[in-house]
Amino acid sequence: MSRQPLPPWVDIGLIPIVNVLLAFVVVGLIVLAVGVNPFTAVRIMVTGAVGYPEAIGYTLYYTTNFIFTGLAVALAFHAGLFNIGGEGQAYIGGLGVGLVLLAFDSSLPALPLMALAVLAAAVFGAAWAAVPAWLQAWRGSHIVITTIMFNFIAAAVMVYLMVNVLIAPGSMSPESREIAASGHLPFVHELLAMAGITMGQSPLNLSIVWAALCCVFVWVFLWHTPWGFELRTMGHNPSAAIYAGVDIRRMTVLAMCLSGALAGFVGVNEIMGVHHRLILNFTAGYGFAGIAVALMGRNHPVGIVLASLLFGMLQQGGAELSFEIPAITREMVVVIQGLIILFCGALANLTKPAFERLFAVLRTRSTRAQASAAEA
Amino acid sequence: MPETSPPAIELRSIDKSFGAVRANRDVSLQVARGSITGIIGENGAGKSTLMSILYGLYEADSGEIYVDGRRVRIRSPRDAIASGIGMVHQHFMLIDTFTVLENVVLGAEAGPVLRPSLAAARRELDRLGRDYGLRVDPDAIVGTLPVSEQQRVEILKVLYRGARILILDEPSAVLTPQETEQLFRILQALRARGATVILITHKLREIMAVTDMVHVMRHGQVVAERRTAETSSAELAELMVGRKVRLALDKTAPQAGTPVLRARSIGLRDSRGVRLLDGIDLDLRAGEIVGIAGVSGNGQSELLEVLAGIRAPSDGSLAIGERVIDAAHPADPAEMRALGLAHVPEDRHRYAMVAPFAANETAILGYHNEAPFSGTCLLHHRAMVGHCAELMDGYDVRPRQPALRSSSFSGGNQQKLILAREIATRPRILLVGQPTRGVDIGAIEFIHRQLVAARDAGCAILVVSVELDEVMALADRILVMFGGRIVGEVAGDAADERTLGLMMANVWKPGET
Repeated sequence: MSRQPLPPWVDIGLIPIVNVLLAFVVVGLIVLAVGVNPFTAVRIMVTGAVGYPEAIGYTLYYTTNFIFTGLAVALAFHAGLFNIGGEGQAYIGGLGVGLVLLAFDSSLPALPLMALAVLAAAVFGAAWAAVPAWLQAWRGSHIVITTIMFNFIAAAVMVYLMVNVLIAPGSMSPESREIAASGHLPFVHELLAMAGITMGQSPLNLSIVWAALCCVFVWVFLWHTPWGFELRTMGHNPSAAIYAGVDIRRMTVLAMCLSGALAGFVGVNEIMGVHHRLILNFTAGYGFAGIAVALMGRNHPVGIVLASLLFGMLQQGGAELSFEIPAITREMVVVIQGLIILFCGALANLTKPAFERLFAVLRTRSTRAQASAAEA
Repeated sequence: MPETSPPAIELRSIDKSFGAVRANRDVSLQVARGSITGIIGENGAGKSTLMSILYGLYEADSGEIYVDGRRVRIRSPRDAIASGIGMVHQHFMLIDTFTVLENVVLGAEAGPVLRPSLAAARRELDRLGRDYGLRVDPDAIVGTLPVSEQQRVEILKVLYRGARILILDEPSAVLTPQETEQLFRILQALRARGATVILITHKLREIMAVTDMVHVMRHGQVVAERRTAETSSAELAELMVGRKVRLALDKTAPQAGTPVLRARSIGLRDSRGVRLLDGIDLDLRAGEIVGIAGVSGNGQSELLEVLAGIRAPSDGSLAIGERVIDAAHPADPAEMRALGLAHVPEDRHRYAMVAPFAANETAILGYHNEAPFSGTCLLHHRAMVGHCAELMDGYDVRPRQPALRSSSFSGGNQQKLILAREIATRPRILLVGQPTRGVDIGAIEFIHRQLVAARDAGCAILVVSVELDEVMALADRILVMFGGRIVGEVAGDAADERTLGLMMANVWKPGET
């Protein structure tokens, strides 16, 4: 059944909003079932996410991570590759950041040190994505399977390194020593304080600027360079890419390396921006959430920024909710987030057929009206 | 009471719009019971849309459908089948690894246990085979059957579901002339048994050969309705296009020059070692059109792929100028382009365009790394759009909108854009697969003239087509392929359809008459 495409404002504006509202209705019923007034819960969640400067800072800090992993999934998706390995690539990217900072924080000045750390995040993330890409391009192993496996390998490698190699001497917990101040990316509240604006402390740091630059880079790369042209050609139609003279294998590796590099930047935000030491599990599922972010953001940088903002708000608002209302546990918050992701991401096309029918009817009416007006 | 019986199908005032495009405007037509009715029209004339409405793939914006005099609402193929309407699609909807019997039963099983359904279907197939001369081995694996028999399986599927009205969409596209004759005999047997056949085609010869009535569509409307016995090909062609059409192509004798591409005993094996091409020798000379005739699936596609650099030959070699390409020294399509070879692939959707890309992006596919479209690292959108607009002007591509999605253009306009893209590079060698597949008559004429013009400008052209008429019209030299080999060569002006048909079926040997 082929139907008329919907006008863009419906497709990327109205339908997502309706989906979010539907999700909130279902969430409301569940919240009601545990005996909490859903309107109170929503109020706490929204206030918790954007109600005061610190909350906004936290929300944007989470948003930063979602942008990186969302872009990573989207870029691979444009090449027709389903990169499920964002989690592992972010983890190893963070390892790269940590290694560079631990090695050079006493010898290099701040600026080159940070640049080197960002580069390391990209190189380590890319390298971790390159292996599954190579296996798919040259050996035919499916990238979905291999990238999932590489998440487990990354987690195991990190545990090994943190427990046995990088652990700070004398420490009981698997953490590295703290990185010297030259390797701390400035917090936004610090920068604002320099400009004379006071804002409460939050983990929001300069990584968000880097995330914005990455959005611009991905947009330019995909739609305004010959490589992006080749990448999209491969994603839509691999046979046409071969016809156009694209080396499919090399393009597969290139796309996955760029994707892995973007995911690796989560490490910049977490290690260089917030924790200032290597720790375990700092990726906290951002890599997987990136899939939902990309899906919801229609694989476009602008959509990804919007979706990341929603995810950031859910993360921060959800934390606030479980803190304020004991009946809503941390697990319940995860259920709520899951439902919203389900409605907006996985079930994004749930309401689409209804809208298509509605608009088909409206359109026929207006053509008929025009026709009769023309006859008259 | 045949006089008073209502028509098998009656359409009244069918309207269907896609956005601003009115694909069908106030279409009314009747199809008499027990007749073979042809519907012809150029691509985009609305005949496919009309049949899709009748088969429930689209719903009409307004209008009524009557089957045997009763008004019906057809909202899905299921409704159509329930009304006794069946469709034989141009692209077969068969499962290659299933047997004929399993394919026929698929989707029409009588219950959760398969065995009784299969037994009943076997009896029914036997009966249908006897009644209509549609004999197919029910236990044969569909993938191993020749295309003409697969088509019979499609027809059997439709009959098995109780259809009394059959719609056939371009059924002869994949058949040899002889197989087409057989198909027509089947259609006549169906008619004799009271079935109603609607034949959608753009081939005037078939309309003249087999139909009783013909409806001509143009710009979404039925513009004429004729008894086949009272019309002629020339009149129908004129009605389709809306002006006089030259069915023959004027071309001067070729000025063949030196060979620019030499293929020597090219062979190709697939991963299982099956020979797809075997000992192909071929010279393409500047200023000459070589045509390859053959039933599709006899190695023509693979030959094009090898010549275009998409696949490397397993044996033999290919020389373009100084460059020799063989299994050890393959060339990719990018290098082939650099050697002056342009390629219009047989399957434009698969190879030559990217459906969701804007027309101006499809218009640089393969040339996207070249100036002026690409600078050091950025694409130049203005140059791309300008180039696309130029191609569209030169080849009359409509609508003239470089920003429109490639898939929004009709097949003929897509093909013109692709031809424009490839010819605009002034190639030394031009490979063209199915130059006018899915292209309307007006555009066919245009495309043929462009190819002859490119030849006269000194280009060496290889045309592969399953349309014998086309090969005969264009080629200065015709090679016939069968089973991955070249089985015969005929000079273009000495070719006749019967001989070529026999060569295509590999039953004719040079020297016999």
